[in-house]
Amino acid sequence: MPSRPMIGYAHVTKSFGSLKAVDDVSLDIAEGEFVAVVGGSGSGKTTLLRLANRLIEADGGTITVEGDDVQSVDPVALRRRIGYVFQSGGLFPHLSVADNIGITPKLLGVPAADIATRVDELLELVQLDRAAHHDRLPDALSGGQRQRVGVARALAARPRIVLMDEPFGALDPLTRDALGDDFRELHRQLGLTTVMITHDMTEAILLADRIAVMRSGKLLAQGTPVELSKSSDDYVLELLRTPRRQVERLNALLPQSGAA
Amino acid sequence: MSLFTDPRWGEALAHLPDYLGNHVRVSLAALALGLIVSLPLAILTRNRPTPRAVLLALASIVQTVPGLALLALFYPLLLLAASVTLAWFGVSFSAFGFLPAVLALALYSMLPVLRNGITGLNGIDPALIEAAKGVGMTARQSLVMIELPLALPVMMAGIRTAAVWVIGTATLSTPIGQTSLGNYIFAGLQTQNWVFVLFGCFASALLALAVDQLLGLIESGLRWRSRVRTALGAAGIAALVVATLVPTMGRSSHSYVVGAKTFAEQYVLSALMRDRLQAAGLSAVARSGLGSSVIFEALKAGDIDLYIDYSGTLWANQLHRTDIKPRAELLAELQTTLAKENITLLGELGFENAYALVIPKKRAEALGIRTIADLAAHASTLSIAGDYEFFSRPEWAALQKAYGLSFRAQRQMQPDFMYAAVASGEVDVIAGYTSDGLIAKYDLVALDDPRHAIPPYDAILLLAPKRAGDERLKTALNPLLGKIDIATMREANLHAAGNDANSSPDAVARWLWEKVGRR
Repeated sequence: MPSRPMIGYAHVTKSFGSLKAVDDVSLDIAEGEFVAVVGGSGSGKTTLLRLANRLIEADGGTITVEGDDVQSVDPVALRRRIGYVFQSGGLFPHLSVADNIGITPKLLGVPAADIATRVDELLELVQLDRAAHHDRLPDALSGGQRQRVGVARALAARPRIVLMDEPFGALDPLTRDALGDDFRELHRQLGLTTVMITHDMTEAILLADRIAVMRSGKLLAQGTPVELSKSSDDYVLELLRTPRRQVERLNALLPQSGAA
Repeated sequence: MSLFTDPRWGEALAHLPDYLGNHVRVSLAALALGLIVSLPLAILTRNRPTPRAVLLALASIVQTVPGLALLALFYPLLLLAASVTLAWFGVSFSAFGFLPAVLALALYSMLPVLRNGITGLNGIDPALIEAAKGVGMTARQSLVMIELPLALPVMMAGIRTAAVWVIGTATLSTPIGQTSLGNYIFAGLQTQNWVFVLFGCFASALLALAVDQLLGLIESGLRWRSRVRTALGAAGIAALVVATLVPTMGRSSHSYVVGAKTFAEQYVLSALMRDRLQAAGLSAVARSGLGSSVIFEALKAGDIDLYIDYSGTLWANQLHRTDIKPRAELLAELQTTLAKENITLLGELGFENAYALVIPKKRAEALGIRTIADLAAHASTLSIAGDYEFFSRPEWAALQKAYGLSFRAQRQMQPDFMYAAVASGEVDVIAGYTSDGLIAKYDLVALDDPRHAIPPYDAILLLAPKRAGDERLKTALNPLLGKIDIATMREANLHAAGNDANSSPDAVARWLWEKVGRR
């Protein structure tokens, strides 16, 4: 692990009333890493993600992004340099696909012609046909297309960090699989540092380099799938057993070869 | 003559550019002011429950005040404000007409704009507001680029409601001196000119519908994100504004304004005076349908130049006197008091419009009744009807005291219906008005008042302070002074109460001049 993490959480806490959503969490994410944060609903995983770009302010501890304490930088500027993919897209329904994708460069004052070029690049990058999608409104898109636009929007201002909040949760399995693989490829190709929130351990294992497991606001374990399998925590082990059990049942139910 | 060939349609149509233009201007100005105030308030309070609740409650309270009362209230308020600014800063403004109408109507428009504005802004999916923050928008960028555009269709629906309310309520701004389509309705109701009433109602309804449809086009354009619809609607509104601005540009600002209260006699007399001024080569317009409490203040402030009032009314309402003096003394004292405010009492027209106890002529003859004193002997077996205020006025107390009147029963009635009621025997006596034409029509008689319990109500011509030295004006009006006796005025009022083409105030005024001009 390099000495300076891309994102660093040190003893971070956040409470909503009497509920401790994030309870003394320390986690470092290295440059170029793809980290999945896994946990059930109410585990604090989404809160942890939002603390990084100050959509939520921490109560205690320190968070650094690219070495800077987030408290010492302007939150608006911070958010503009971090890509964020929202659950089910979060696209603005009154703006076209192109305007949605170009929004952060526009806020940064990039000239319109440069934005237009960038939007075309991004449509190609997320494999959406320019002619068919450029001027459409989000409501006219399928769930998978919307999420591709969401990814394109997050990448528009060339961020080095991308935060993803259950990005593929609401998609059908085929779309989800394709989108996950495509994003993993983008992550590699663009040299991104990615933090992805998911409740699906299988998705986490397949996409991420490293997995952080959260429960009731606490970080239970972190590491590669292999490292996690050596954990002494019952909940972590139970989470890891689930995909394996599924695979075994699938193997039993499906023929080993041929098109199922 | 059928309804459609009635020449009064033509007369109504001739007023349309003036009335409609004023109506549109006052409505749109009020709506614009209402929006300028309400939208920022809606934006500021959208996330603050307590101020939001207070604001909506206040707007709701305003809505419960009847439109006419709200408009009327703004007149004295602005007069007060004008006198304060005059005392403090040396500048004054007109509290008459446009300004009070715009302020009252703007207040009236606030509830739907506020309510829909807040509902629209609060109804936005919180995930989108978070997404706006997440892509790097400041609070202001989020408001302008995301929240307002998304709330716009709901806001537009509120603006539509407000527009319809304001256009409808603007018809009530006539009594505070703002010309509007209400001029048709007020004049028509008072002079039984149903053509005018219908015309005014249809015109304001059509205007409201047209504006509603245009705003609806903008709303649907915003909702379905169709630029064409939005542009068409906006162009329609703009065209309406331009169309109503053009015809009234030519009006001279030096013309004399003749005021009239809200009943037929006043409409006729103001038309008569306007005609006299025009005949003398002075440009003049009549401003009709002014509220009784508004008109004197409007004269004092110079918003109107002249009008006819009644000595007893000013005695009680302006001088706040409850004692009753003989006619000549009362007039002399009134003249001196008004002169202190630089108001000229130019003279009497020659008739009185006073309260009088009225009974059918045949009945009076049969019972041998000629005066109120004679009536007193029979009163315990008779019933009396009066208008809504008569029984609480000092005249009634004075009558009861002077003659020991005690009737079997007393009722309140709409003035128009009293005369028919006494003629048919529904009631025995009514407290009518001496100059009312219906006295002659139903063959009634106004009983003498030998003890002078009822104060004199001489019709008097008043001039605004700024016209005190205007000799041309005085010369033009002089031929009317002392020329209109009670019989002539009753006949004129009877004509005006008719429901045909010769009963319009203008036609009756011409008829009246034919009669009195040669005297």
